[in-house]
Formats: sequence, C-alpha cells, structure tokens
Amino acid sequence: MPIAPADHEDVRARDPAGSAPVAAVRLEGLVKRYGDVTAVERIDLEIREGEFFSMLGPSGSGKTTTLRMIAGFEAPTEGRVLLHGQDVTGRAPFERDVNTVFQDYALFPHMTVGENVGYGLLVRKVPKDDRQRRVADALRMVRLEGYERRKPGQLSGGQRQRVALARALVNRPRVLLLDEPLGALDLKLREEMQIELHQIQHQVGITFVYVTHDQDEALTMSDRIAVFNQGRIEQVGAPAEVYERPATRFVAGFVGTSNLLTGSAAEAVVGRAGMFTVRPEKIRLEDPGSTAADDEYAADGTIASVVYLGSDTRYHVALAAGGELVVTQQNLTTSSTEALEQQGRAVRLVWKRQHTREVAEA
Amino acid sequence: MRGRLLAFIYRHRSLQLLLLLVPPAGWFGVVYLGSLAVLFVAAFWSLDPLTSAIRHELTLRNFQQLVTDGVYRVVALRTIGIAAIVTVTDVLLAFPLAYYMARYARPRTRAILFVLVLLPLWSSYLVRVYAWRVILAQGGPLEWGLAQVGIPGVAIYPSDLAIPIVFSYIWLPYMILPIYAGLERIPGSLLEASGDLGARPGTTFRRVVLPLVFPAVVAGSIFTFSLTLGDYITPVLVSNSQFIGNVVFDSQGVAGNVPFAAAFAMVPVLVMALYLIVARRLGAFDAL
Repeated sequence: MPIAPADHEDVRARDPAGSAPVAAVRLEGLVKRYGDVTAVERIDLEIREGEFFSMLGPSGSGKTTTLRMIAGFEAPTEGRVLLHGQDVTGRAPFERDVNTVFQDYALFPHMTVGENVGYGLLVRKVPKDDRQRRVADALRMVRLEGYERRKPGQLSGGQRQRVALARALVNRPRVLLLDEPLGALDLKLREEMQIELHQIQHQVGITFVYVTHDQDEALTMSDRIAVFNQGRIEQVGAPAEVYERPATRFVAGFVGTSNLLTGSAAEAVVGRAGMFTVRPEKIRLEDPGSTAADDEYAADGTIASVVYLGSDTRYHVALAAGGELVVTQQNLTTSSTEALEQQGRAVRLVWKRQHTREVAEA
Repeated sequence: MRGRLLAFIYRHRSLQLLLLLVPPAGWFGVVYLGSLAVLFVAAFWSLDPLTSAIRHELTLRNFQQLVTDGVYRVVALRTIGIAAIVTVTDVLLAFPLAYYMARYARPRTRAILFVLVLLPLWSSYLVRVYAWRVILAQGGPLEWGLAQVGIPGVAIYPSDLAIPIVFSYIWLPYMILPIYAGLERIPGSLLEASGDLGARPGTTFRRVVLPLVFPAVVAGSIFTFSLTLGDYITPVLVSNSQFIGNVVFDSQGVAGNVPFAAAFAMVPVLVMALYLIVARRLGAFDAL
C-alpha cells in the first residue's frame, strides 16, 4: 500500500467544519481474535491530540494487543484504526507516523547509542548533519549527553530505557506508544522516570499512549485513563474520575482497593440492595455506639487484621452485617505498636454519603 | 572421608579447574597439537632420491616444489576454489530454510524440519556420495528429468562440476544449524522496532538481521570450508580430479614421501588460519 501524501507538518488537523479537533488516535469497533481466543473485544476509543493517555489493566486484558494494533504490528480481525482522521488499518508499521517504546527496549545490540537513536532518521534518509544534531538533541533531552559511542550492553536498565525513549522521540512522531516501559526498573528509578516522562511529554507536546498494569503509574502521569478488562474497556476518564467514581465493580477493585458493600451489608448500611464502593481513606474508625451525622453512613464491625505500611496503616474490618471493608489511616499520631494493638477491637466505621458510589457488575 | 575430600575440592577453585581441564588439555596437547607439530617439522624434511629414506635435515625443497610445479598449484587452487563455492552455495541454501525455521515455523513443523536436516547425518557418508553418483550419472534421474523438458544429454558425473554439488549437499546441515541458532537469538522486538522506526523489510534485513547473524554464518562457513578443504573421498568418487587430500594420500601411501605430504598438508592449515584472521577482522568473533 502506498504511503499517503505527507501530512506530517499540518499539526492539529481539524475536521472540515473547522470546529472540533480530530482525534490523534481513533479506534472503531476494534476486535482481535487468535483462533478461538478473543484478545480484544470491540473497542471504541478516541485519544485526543497532545494528551497523556494510559491504558490500564491486568495482564491479558487486551491493552498491549490494542497498542500493537495502533503501531501496526498486529492486524485487527475487525474494526478500524485512524490516526489523525486517516484510516491506517491496512498500513505496515513503517508507513505509520507513530513510534513505539518497547517493554524490553529492543535496542539494537550491534549499534552504538548514537546509531540506535539515529536509526529512524537514517532509514528515512535524513542528511547526516541534521541527523547528528537531532540525535544530540534527543540524547540531551533524556540526559544522556556524551553516551553516543557506548553500546547498549554497557548501559544500566534506566539508561537503556532512556535511549529507547530518545530513539522514538527523535523522529518526532505525532503519537508515541509506550508498552510498559518502566516495568523492568526498580521502584525508585521507576518513580524518577515517571516524573521525567511526564515532563518530556509536556515539553514535546506529542500524544503519549501509555500501557501499564500499575494503577499508581496511570494515576500519577495520565491526563486520561482507559481501564481494560477481558478485552473490553470498562471506563475512560480522568484519573480523579476513575478513582473517585469507578463505573464498575472491576474498576473499583483494580484502581485502588476493592471495598464493596453488597447483599445484606448494602441493605443494612445504605438501605437498599445494590453494589456500592467506598475508598478506604474516606472511612473513619470510631468507637462503637458513636453517632453518625445525617450525611454519613455508619457500619459496625471488628478489626480482623492490621497491616502496618509505614506512613499508613491498613485495617481490615469484618462487618457485623457481613462482608469486609478496608480502612486506611495515616499514622499521624499512632505508632506501629499502637496500630497493631487495634486488632480484634470492635469499631464503628463512618463515612460521608457522597463518597459512596454505586457500581455496575461489569 | 569422601565428604571431606569433596569439601576440600569445593573450597579450592583452582583444584576444580585442574580436574575439569586436565583430561581435555592432555588430549588436546599431546594428541592434537603434538601431531600438528610433527606435521609441521616433517614438512621441512626430505626424501633421499636414491634410497627413498627420509633425511632429517631441514630444507625448503618441498615448498619449492609446491610453488614451482604447476600441477600442485592447480590442485591447490581447485581445492580452495571449490571449498569457497561450496561455502557460498550452502549459505544461500541454508539461510532461507534457517530463517523459516527460526521465525515462521510452528514448533511441530520446526521439529520435523530439524529431523529432516539431521537425518542425512545418520547415514553413511559413502552411501550419500554414491546416491549422488546415481542421480548425476548418465541415464540417471537428473539426465532423464532434463531430457523431459528438452535439455538432453546432461550427465554431470563424472566431472569437476559434480564435486561442489555433492559437497554442498553433504555439508549443508553444518551451515543450517549455526544460522538457525543465530537467527533464533534475535528477539522479534528488534525487527518490530526497526519497522516501527520506518525501515522497510529489506532495510531491516540488511541493517539488523544480517549484522546480528553474521557471526553464525561465519561459524557455519568454517565448517563447510574446512570440511571441503580436507576431504579427499568425494573428488575420487564423483570426478577424475584431485584435491589436496588426494595428493597427500598418494604421496605418503604410494610414493612413501611423507615430507612432501606433510608440506602439502600445511596448505589447508595456512588457508584456514588466513580465513579465521579475515573473519576476525570482519568482527565475526566480537561476541565471543
């Protein structure tokens, strides 16, 4: 298939009416099946120009397969992929204006760092002077100046990760796809890179599509999140929205701690049947018999177990009406011994009604 | 007592290495390097023309004869030339098959192909060469087949052309296996990354696959090249021409001229040494 005329430079393409901006990525009824196994089950999604968009979900939820269909490594069984309004479903990866940062970095081991970063420019026949300048710029952006001549084998995991990022960004793609890029790094480095990635995204203004199974990562970095489960998207929204107003039981459980009131507990506490969720940090631990205000719910129970987490403590409370709720409290005044001594204590849990969300089963 | 001994060995790394390496080093040092040294020295001895006894004085006579006598030059060039042709042919035949096995074949197909590649190695070398003689001979399947499509009278056996054909077949597994192993070690994500960065399949092949698999190709070529260089059975069976090995065989057997045989046997050794040096220059062993 021939490459369409270069629309690379007409940034922020608009629709003919000239009003609403065209989505950077648009997925229409996307399905991917491998034989009998369905990896992606009819996904519709719009990713806006310039946003940091995360696809969050457990392994096997279809998020990586979706990313690979945007990149062009996998052909969808059904549906279309549009990049800036253009149907690219049938195009090969080298005909799409997107670049990917791979989970295993996929750096070419026989090339130096400079050659790796310059590879995309070389194969697109960018003149040498221009190439060298852009490679140097890209390496400066990821704070790896002077590493041009090293081989990937001589770098640490974090450095390789940055080379992979520079190698993708140097081509100035309109969309950057990142497949769990921080998965192989240790916690400390991961947190550093999260901040750095976020800054770089703001600096370059490229649309980032970020695949992760780490809810904290998605919540910290994203403008919007799509929560994937079993090949479907369960909810799309800003981090605060997804966290505070989960649409389904799965989202409530996967983003944050699953704190569900169902069946008899729901009727006893909320007053009607249904499935309700409340975030653990919204709940206060009170003495049994203490009164709740009019705009609050209350539930009696016993502290079944205590997990001391340093800055916080997590209490698992078995409810008298059945079920269990998790309560987290900052250790503002409590010491670890005090926290652990709470085990077995009878308590009353109190929280604002507005923090209770009714969720759908799926 | 036994436990104490094992513990003692466990604590002393050098002792472990000694136990590990003495048997192969002994074999290698005495049998292999020893015979090579004898060969090297014998090449500088000579045969008394009158008594046919070996004179143990160092002389360059044998080498002089090798260089000046046109017959030996032709034999040497034929041997090296055919070894090169066999190597190139095997690379061209082995690469697509190894690529298919490493990148496309499902595990089951791959297992079947492995067996098919290795199967010829289970049968006798001689049987395989004789089989080719039948195929290439006058009235054989090749001549018959070509005659059916209007090209009559092609009998390749016996001729010099039969030599590379048979060698290419016999040494093919030794080329397929290293190339397969080399290709299999290249992660698929590297090829995807190359395409993702804008490289068309041809460019990906040239800039990513080939450089990474080059050492494996060199490893295979060392097998095919050196095995052809040292062989003396196939040329006798499928042609009327001689290889270095045939001359060596005749010199020390029929003529009893061990010094000259040793001198001529030095030629493949030198060619291989040169070959390895060039391969090293090209970076084929950088990964070792």
